[in-house]
Parts: sequence; C-alpha cells; structure tokens
Amino acid sequence: MDFDKITVCGALELMEKGECSSEELVSGLLGVIDSKDGEIGAYLSVDHADALEQAREADRKRANGESGRLLGVPIAIKDVLNVKGQACTCASQILKGYISPYDATAIAMMRKEGAVFLGRTNMDEFAMGSSTENSSCQITRNPHNMDCVPGGSSGGSAAAVAGGEALAALGTDTGGSIRQPAAFCGCVGLKPSYGRVSRYGLVAFASSFDQIGPMTRDVRDSAHLLGVISGQDDMDSSSLNLPVPDYVSMLKDDLKGVTLGLPKEYFVDGMDDEVRASVMKAVDVCRGLGAEITEVSLPHTDYAIAVYYIIATAEASTNLARFDGVRYGFRAEGVTDPIDMYGKTRSQGFGDEVKRRIILGTYVLSSGYYDAYYLSAQKVRTLIRRDFEDAFKKCDALLTPTTPTPAFKRGDKSDDPLQMYLCDIFTATANLAGVCGISVPCGKSSDGLPIGLQLLGPEFKEENILRTAYAYEQGRENG
Amino acid sequence: MQYLHTIGLEVHVQLKTETKMFCGCGTVYGAAPNTNVCPVCLGYPGAMPVMNRNAVRDTILTGLMIGSEISTYSKFDRKSYFYPDMPKNYQITQYDKPFCVGGSVEVDLEGQKKLIAITRIHLEEDVAKSMHFHKSSGVDFNRAGVPLMEIVSEPDMQNAEEAFAFLQALRQIVRYVGVSDCNLEEGNMRCDVNCSVRPEGQTELGTKTELKNLNTLKGVYNAIKYELGRQVEVLSSGGTIQQETRCWDVDAGVTESLRSKENAHDYRYFPEPDLMPVVLTAKQIEDWRKELPELPRHRRERLVLEYGLPDYAAGVIVADKHVADYYEEAAALVSNPKAVSNWIMTEMLRLLGEREMDIEDVKITPAALAGIVKLVDSDAINSTKAKEVFAELFDNGGDPEKIVKEKGMGQVSDQSAIEELVDQAISENVKSAEDYKSGKKAALQYIVGQVMRLSKGKANPKMVGAMISEKLG
Repeated sequence: MDFDKITVCGALELMEKGECSSEELVSGLLGVIDSKDGEIGAYLSVDHADALEQAREADRKRANGESGRLLGVPIAIKDVLNVKGQACTCASQILKGYISPYDATAIAMMRKEGAVFLGRTNMDEFAMGSSTENSSCQITRNPHNMDCVPGGSSGGSAAAVAGGEALAALGTDTGGSIRQPAAFCGCVGLKPSYGRVSRYGLVAFASSFDQIGPMTRDVRDSAHLLGVISGQDDMDSSSLNLPVPDYVSMLKDDLKGVTLGLPKEYFVDGMDDEVRASVMKAVDVCRGLGAEITEVSLPHTDYAIAVYYIIATAEASTNLARFDGVRYGFRAEGVTDPIDMYGKTRSQGFGDEVKRRIILGTYVLSSGYYDAYYLSAQKVRTLIRRDFEDAFKKCDALLTPTTPTPAFKRGDKSDDPLQMYLCDIFTATANLAGVCGISVPCGKSSDGLPIGLQLLGPEFKEENILRTAYAYEQGRENG
Repeated sequence: MQYLHTIGLEVHVQLKTETKMFCGCGTVYGAAPNTNVCPVCLGYPGAMPVMNRNAVRDTILTGLMIGSEISTYSKFDRKSYFYPDMPKNYQITQYDKPFCVGGSVEVDLEGQKKLIAITRIHLEEDVAKSMHFHKSSGVDFNRAGVPLMEIVSEPDMQNAEEAFAFLQALRQIVRYVGVSDCNLEEGNMRCDVNCSVRPEGQTELGTKTELKNLNTLKGVYNAIKYELGRQVEVLSSGGTIQQETRCWDVDAGVTESLRSKENAHDYRYFPEPDLMPVVLTAKQIEDWRKELPELPRHRRERLVLEYGLPDYAAGVIVADKHVADYYEEAAALVSNPKAVSNWIMTEMLRLLGEREMDIEDVKITPAALAGIVKLVDSDAINSTKAKEVFAELFDNGGDPEKIVKEKGMGQVSDQSAIEELVDQAISENVKSAEDYKSGKKAALQYIVGQVMRLSKGKANPKMVGAMISEKLG
C-alpha cells in the first residue's frame, strides 16, 4: 500500500471491498511512523496497542455488517482536542499529566462514525505560532525539506499527512493554523465558517476565532470529513443550527457559472514571485474550467494583523487563566501560597510566546486601555467583516495565495515575533470575518517547496470553496 | 459635629434552579464535596458554558417584581481575577448590559414607609468554596457555577436599621417570586455593604469602604453599626477615610482592612465570546409578567381591605407567601376570616416553629382549619376543645367534624345538664362562692373553671358563666 498517496475515501473503498482491513491499514501506518517520525517529529504520542485495538474493533463492526462514514479510518489528532482517556497537552508543559475526561464533540462525532484515533500531533504551544517551533515538546520538520518548518500551529498534523504518517488529520485554525501548514506541507487544509463545527472540547486559544477542520491529501477527503464533524451542538452556543449539506455530492469537475474574486490587497508588491506565478497559473486553470474572474477589494486588509493580535490575545489571556496548578496539570514545587503558586506554575509551565500573548492580551483589556485597543479593534473587525460581505456580493469565492512565501527555514523567524505574525497576513482575515477558507496545493517553488492556493467563501458556504478547490485540483492534474 | 450616613448594598442571591448556570450539574446543597461537578464547572480545558434559560427567567421575574426595566438586549462578560475558588480564573457575569435596570423595594420602618431604589440586577455564576484545614486547604466545586443573581441598591439607606429592613423586604420579595429560599445558613443570600459618612451640610458623599464576609442579617447590622461608628471616630479625630475593602470579623465584632484602593483588582471585563447576547422580545417579557405573584406589600393592603384584618395581622400573614396562600384558601370558606388569622398567628405559627416545619408540610388542610372555625362559631365545640382538634389535625390530618364526633368533644349547651354541674361546683367551692358574692369578681372564673373540669371541657363556658353569676348574683 502506498501510504504517501492513499486517501480517506480510497481507504474506505478498499475496506468496503474487503481488499484491506483497518488493522492492516493502521499497522502499516504505524510502521511508517516508526520508521519516519523519528526525523519528522509529527507526533507527540502514538499508542500502538490502542490504535490497533480500535482498528480491530472497526473490523469486527464491519464484519457484523455495521457501517460508518469513517469506519476503520485512522485519523491523527492535533494535541489541542480532548479525546477521552488520552493526554491533551497542547504541546505545553503546563498540561503535563492532564488526561481528558471527555471527548470533544468533533471527536465524538468521528468516533460515532467509526474513526480510529491514531495519535496526537505536535503543534505550537496552545496553537500560538506559525512554525510549530513554539512546541515545548519537540521539533517538527517539513517532509518536503527537513530544514524547513512545517508551518503552524497545526504543523504536526500537516507533516503527518504530507509525510505518509496519516491519511488525514484534524487541525485547528485561529488565524491560519490549518491553512498555512497545509500550504507549507503540500496538503489540503479546510477552516470551516465560525459556528460550523462545534468547538466544545477544543482547548480554546481565541474563542471567537477558533475552528476545527480537516487536513487531508485531497479536496474530496476534506469534504467528507467536514460532513462528519459539522453541525449544531448543544454544548457550544456559538455553533449554528443550519443543515449540513452533503458536501461530497456537491463537488463538480468544472467551474461553469462560478465567479471568483481576486482581492487586489492580496496581490501586493514584494510578495514572493514564485508564489505569485503559481497562484496566477491557478487562476488560469480556473478560468479554463469555466470560472469568471473578477477583481475585488477588501479595503481594511492592512489592519487585519493588528486587530487579530489585539482581540485574539485578549481572549487568550482569559482562556489560559485556568492553567493555574490548582485542579490539573503541572504545579510548581516549593510554593508558599496561592499567589506564589500561580506565579511559579505559570512562569515555569508556559513558553515565551504564550507568555508574550497573555501579557499582550492582559494589557489591551486593562482599565484605561480597553477603549483604545480592544474596543477599537472590535470596530475594525466589523469593517473587515463588511469588506467580505461586500466582496461576496460580486463573487462566489475569493482566490488568494495562502501564504506570502513557501516554508521557511527553521530558526529564520523564531527570534522575530512580528515577522512570524506576518505569516498569517492572508489567512487571519477569514477568522476575523468568520468566513470559511481552504488551502489547496498549487505547485512548487524551484526549491521543491509546496505553494498553497487559498479559496475563501461566504459564511456557511463551504460548498463554494470545496467545489472550486475540487475542480481546480482535477484541472491542475489534468492540465 | 453631626454626621450623615450613607449605605448601599450588593446582595447575592442563589437561584434554586435544578441545574447550574452554565452546565447540567445539580445544585442540591449539602452533597459530598466535588460530586456535583463536570468539565464545565471545573474549568477543564476545552469545556464551554451553555446558558441556563430558567435562571434568566428567574432573574427577570425578580426584576419585574420590583419594577425594573427589563433589557431586551443583554450579554455576559468575563471578569478576570485569580483565586483558587474560581475554576477558570474568570467569572462569567454581566458588566454593562444586565438583565434588569432600576426598580425599588419598599421598606417599613416602624410604620414609616421608605422606597429604596435598585440600580440593577444581573446574573452570574457562583464560585467554589474554599475550605481550610490544619495544614492544607481544599476547594469544593459543588457550588461553582450555581446561578447567582446580584441585586445592587442605590446608596439610599441611612442606618443599619434601614439596611436590615431592606434585606428583609428583599428576601420576602425573592421568596414570593419563588426563585430562591434566601437561606442565609446555606449561603443562598450573601451581601456586601458600601458605606460612608459625611459631616452634616456637606453635599458630596464621603469616601466609602466596602464590607465583606457578612453571612447573616445580624452580621450586616452589626458590621454597619461598627463601621459607621469607626468612620465617624476617624473623621472626628481629624483623620481621613481610606477607600478600601474591609472584612467583618464576627468574633471580634470589628471590621478590618482587607485591601486598599491601590491594590484593587483590575477585572478587565470584556464580552464573553463563548455565549451569544440574550435578545428578549416584548412578548416574552409580557408573558413572564403574567407569571408574577402579588407583591407582599400589596397583598398586605388587600388582606386588610378584603378580610378586615388589622394591619399587623396582615403583615404577619403575608410574611411568608405560603402562609398567606394558606390563609386565603381557608378564609374564603368561612364567614369569619379574622378567626382564621387568629388560628394561624397563634397555634399554627407556634407549632410550625416548635416543629421547625414549613406550612406546606402540615397535614391540616385549609378546609379543615375552616371547619374548626365553623364548629367554634356555631358553638358546636368550645375553644379549648378546638385547640385539641387543631393539634390532632396538625399531626394527622382528617375531618374536624368527624374527630369531634368520634372523641365526643361536642360542646354541652343543655341547660339542665349545665345547671347540675354548676350546682355541684358551687357546693364544692363555698369559699369562692362567698368571695364572689362579697364582690371579688375574679372568683367567678375559678368556679367556671371547676365546671369546665367537671364537664371534661365540654360545657359551653359562656352559658356556665352566665348561670353562675345569676345564681350567686
């Protein structure tokens, strides 16, 4: 079996035909992990025995005539999602020793469909970062170039999928954390609209931005997985009660009748030439498939990164307040009183980037600064949202590069937070506006590094970007 | 120099919803520590709050009851501070868009009525309970996340008596709405006090202090008395009041500085992103208004008018909504509703107090109490026997007429039977008879008592008295 190529839908077909069992699939993947993950470092933990037992259970169910949309399919899970009975560290020292007492809703939905939870993937600590270098646990390498970062924060999930160590993975996207690593590693990454997938059980970084989404080898798999994990959840008040379409059935080979907008603010001077060339080539492919191409404007794009880092850190500063050593996880030794315990536990338990963002978020919410920072940022967020509403009056989806450059070398930006923050310049706007976005590979740089094409769609119109991405994917391969 | 006192209260009332504010855990008081808990109320990673709609309704009913304006757009906010009893180290509360704004509570100060204005009522989650042991501390999270309604008053009170009366009136109203037991021992109702003093003639308020740890009504009263006295003393001796939070030390009977203004928390409020704003329609609010019970003070006035009760009696009856409900049910069945109130104010409340019971738990139905009143009014039994019947029904229930018949308690009003007993009593108590004849009117009661004893309590005492005075007169 070619573990670099097999897809979720492909594996399901094989298992249905009886050509392979879940156990064979999982043990094969475990073999790849054993041989390759020492170098790639995608996984934080893989419980071989547990994964195999889950696979055998799936095989038994299939033998009994049961079915499930993911029956026997191994999926890698970003270490930010609660899976009952498993560790969930968010790649942080502060959650050392914490074992989830419950399943995240998205996990429970996948479990119901028979998925096999293969292992937990590395990430930037608490999903804060764009290179997975902020993991407190280990380095993750880009399978396309071991000196390069896999992107982040879902770098482990992207590297696992790209490195043949998983068929698909779940990631989370707060400002680009699914799409950017997908672009860097050459896989497909989908950030659903805010409210499409329940956040219950996703360890919150920025509550009004976070979304769980699939990271896969092709667009069909993303559509398939999205169908499984979407839907209203009583445990998440921000999840919306809208019907979940059959996304896979809405995929088409052409783009007839589809209008794609090119936001001029995303094609600026100084962007990487190869990225620009690849994206413009993708535009041609889409045009060739019947799409109409039009230029649009998102005039408040310049403010996106500033607004993002004010609101997201404000929310994060409170979301991460619960990690205090009182109830679970790490507690510092030798403390004298609760205040001392908080100080030492959090100083020792959090990494630098997490501390930087907690301090930033605390500052922008402080008395006397709230109006100038948080409140102003919320107003600009509304303007950014309106930009998208206006743009989507003229087109069905927007087409942009996912990132300004391909994957960079490890250590290149780790000492310069601002440069690192700018990695999210094309992706964070979607989280600010709550719209959906997908990154799909659109070629490689002369160094052999993948380049990502981003498609952004209106809220709860995932079918628009899936259809476009799928048609492009077919057209790219045929063309 | 004379000083004016200013007091404002922040009252926390636990709502008696079945489940917590933001999760499905139960709220029963007294469960073993950390048994009513889940990932949400423990602040576990990834857990999210879901609003308890019944708690919202309860808060709005309370607001409607005191004449608040109900916000059609409200929201929840995060209030950040670190403390071991805070599972998330932020509390979900309401900052600038509470459910209820304005309103007032009328208090009765020895016959003088005064309106205390309410600033707002908002809804939040309770924190856990810290417990301190010999060498360690523990936290019980059963209480964490219980819905807590905070009622903030204007600084409208001028002394401890007014604050005390306000809390009593407020407690009565909340109990009337039925949204909380306001049981201080169980911590259902807690209170922070802001108070300040200023020299007479000064218009702007003095520097205030905030008093915490007031767990009883008596504690509130004593703490205010002490703190106002302390502030006056400081000012009189040329000192200044520091804006600070002070803690009431019950044992020492003093307030002590907890933290100064410089160390005050910056709570960094901002809208709770995990919860959607609450938008209410005018129709929803009107539907809730229809569920409202009558205000205690309105009911008191109505009982005076409708049943001819003295104001004092009406006040006793309406103090507890269930007692008032019971009263009205029984009073409707008799022609003498005042007698019903006498029964309730004496026998009923005495027995309830002795047995530590609530009126909902007694076996004697309102109809049965009405039956007793009718039996007495028709001279079928006398008041002594009536009390026995009441006691019997209180414990065991049943029909009063049947009990009177079964136990032969019927009053003897037969002229000749009574005359026989009267003659016997006079002959056995010659001394008393002589005393009466010589003008000692009190001796009559003694002889009446003897007749009652001879009749085993069944003789009609009015007839007995009349007959004795006629015979000896």
